[in-house]
Amino acid sequence: MDLAAVLTFEILNGVATLVLISVGLAIIFGMMRVINLAHGEFLMLGGYAAIVATNHGVNIWVAMLLVAPLVVGVIGVIAERLIIRVLYGRMIDTLLATWGLSLFFIGIVTTIFGNTVAGIGAPLGSLGVGRYTISLYRLVLIGIAAAILAVIFVALRRTRLGLIARGTMENPNMAAALGVSPPRVYATTFGVGAALTGLAGGLLAPISGVLPTVGAAYVAKAFITVISGGTAILAGTAAASSLFGSINQLLTYFTTPVIGEAGLLAAAILLLRALPHGITGKLFRGSL
Amino acid sequence: MSGRRWWKGSILTTAAMVLIALGVPQVVDQFGLLQLTVFAAMCILALSLGFVWGYGGILCFGQSAFFGLGAYTYAVTAINLGESTVGMLLALVVPAVFAALLGYFMFYGRLSDVYLGVITLSVTLIFFNLMNSTAGDAYRVGKARLNGFNGMPSLPTLNVPGDPGRLLDPAETFYLVMACLVIVYVGLHVLLASHFGRVVVAIRENEARCELLGYDVRLHKLLVFTIGGGIAGLAGCLFANWGAFVSPNVFSLTMTSQIIIWVIVGGLGTLLGPIIGCLIMQYLATALGTQQLANTSLVFGVIFLAFVLLVPRGIVPSLRRLALRA
Repeated sequence: MDLAAVLTFEILNGVATLVLISVGLAIIFGMMRVINLAHGEFLMLGGYAAIVATNHGVNIWVAMLLVAPLVVGVIGVIAERLIIRVLYGRMIDTLLATWGLSLFFIGIVTTIFGNTVAGIGAPLGSLGVGRYTISLYRLVLIGIAAAILAVIFVALRRTRLGLIARGTMENPNMAAALGVSPPRVYATTFGVGAALTGLAGGLLAPISGVLPTVGAAYVAKAFITVISGGTAILAGTAAASSLFGSINQLLTYFTTPVIGEAGLLAAAILLLRALPHGITGKLFRGSL
Repeated sequence: MSGRRWWKGSILTTAAMVLIALGVPQVVDQFGLLQLTVFAAMCILALSLGFVWGYGGILCFGQSAFFGLGAYTYAVTAINLGESTVGMLLALVVPAVFAALLGYFMFYGRLSDVYLGVITLSVTLIFFNLMNSTAGDAYRVGKARLNGFNGMPSLPTLNVPGDPGRLLDPAETFYLVMACLVIVYVGLHVLLASHFGRVVVAIRENEARCELLGYDVRLHKLLVFTIGGGIAGLAGCLFANWGAFVSPNVFSLTMTSQIIIWVIVGGLGTLLGPIIGCLIMQYLATALGTQQLANTSLVFGVIFLAFVLLVPRGIVPSLRRLALRA
């Protein structure tokens, strides 16, 4: 019984982590059909922002929940202005440019902070479940992941901005004809996506520590989740995260974390063979 | 560009490569020779992506997966057999088979460009994580310990086929690597001039039209991808042999992004471009590594961005345009 509870917790935790690391990417992909290859570095920058702020006396929750998304969001908006905007409509060039950006960030962070691991202690303690203990902080992460999905749902469904965003996603030309400026929507999207990624980076910093190349540890999973999810931001992320999070955690539990990751990839490749446009290309069509 | 000019250019390039292969060992010292050997091995890797992406139009962000697979295949086989010939052959075959398998899922699933790039990149990164975690005695293939992130040191280097005691000296290794480079370069040229090559380029230009004309687009892409994987594997084998060492870094993000940068800088849609791009960037990486002036990633990132934004065609096609206009 205890084991079942802990295993359920581990699975939920795996799903929540996937949601966190991929939702920012999913927003950008869903709106602009662009995969941001600097995504891992946005996570890394969020982690550094949280750690630097905490080390300067900022409350750890403020650092993770406010400073990290703010810093990375601003960086995202600047990157969009200087680079992504120039390449709208040239999808492959955009991919390549974000890759260049990723190397640039790795280089600049290595120059400033050195190629060493920085970290902060995880707040909160642990909770006893029978013979096992689980980390309270990880429990909070599950809650935050769920909250993020809920907020995005409400924002897309109930607000004017969400309506504009959905309209632009559906048909940019029609939205432009109705007086919406798609470039502006894209810029906002990129900023919001980057901010959410920074938030995830900040939240994961206490768990995994941060070093300039930490992005590579996350991006593979995030990319796989987003493209397997398809273009529906919420349904895609939630469905793909649940599927792959469970596969990953179960395999990890019974074998090793690396087999878990390889299994995740194998599952994704099989899934894309059957559903080339991702889960939401076929199921849950028309959902958010 | 007319066919005749194309052939003239490639014959000149081939002649230059043969001249370099024969002449360099006479004038360069041992260190320079070793340096050039690894440059040439990397040029083969650059050619593999130049072919797959520049001609096949397949956005492969994970060419280093095949490169690394070739390197590890060579390492494991050479250690187990104590000689290099079988290892070298397997280093071609194993990555090619893996590429065919992966390609089957991607091309027959009709994944779009962006998906392809992201899947291949993810495959590489997962290989990287996988090999990094193989530390410890449990992870061995026959006599070969994989050693995780420490890599596999003191691999047997290439020997004369059939005579494991007779190892190639640095000059002979250089001849061999240059010979491989020339063979790959000429081979790709001949392949591209064939019927198959023309269909491949036509698919790059307009996939739907080729399909309607009755060509099997998926099969052609699969073959291109497989050939590219094999060539990358060969480069990996030569690279592992060069340092007598292989580590998970062959799968790293740095490695795979370097290959992309070589091709972008040199120019898509040419075979000379990737070679030139590879030589320039390798030279720069070596110079930056020894002088510690600026972080290599930083400089490479800036160059990458600059080329995508300002010179999207790359060096060789841009120069060719200038030459044609003049």
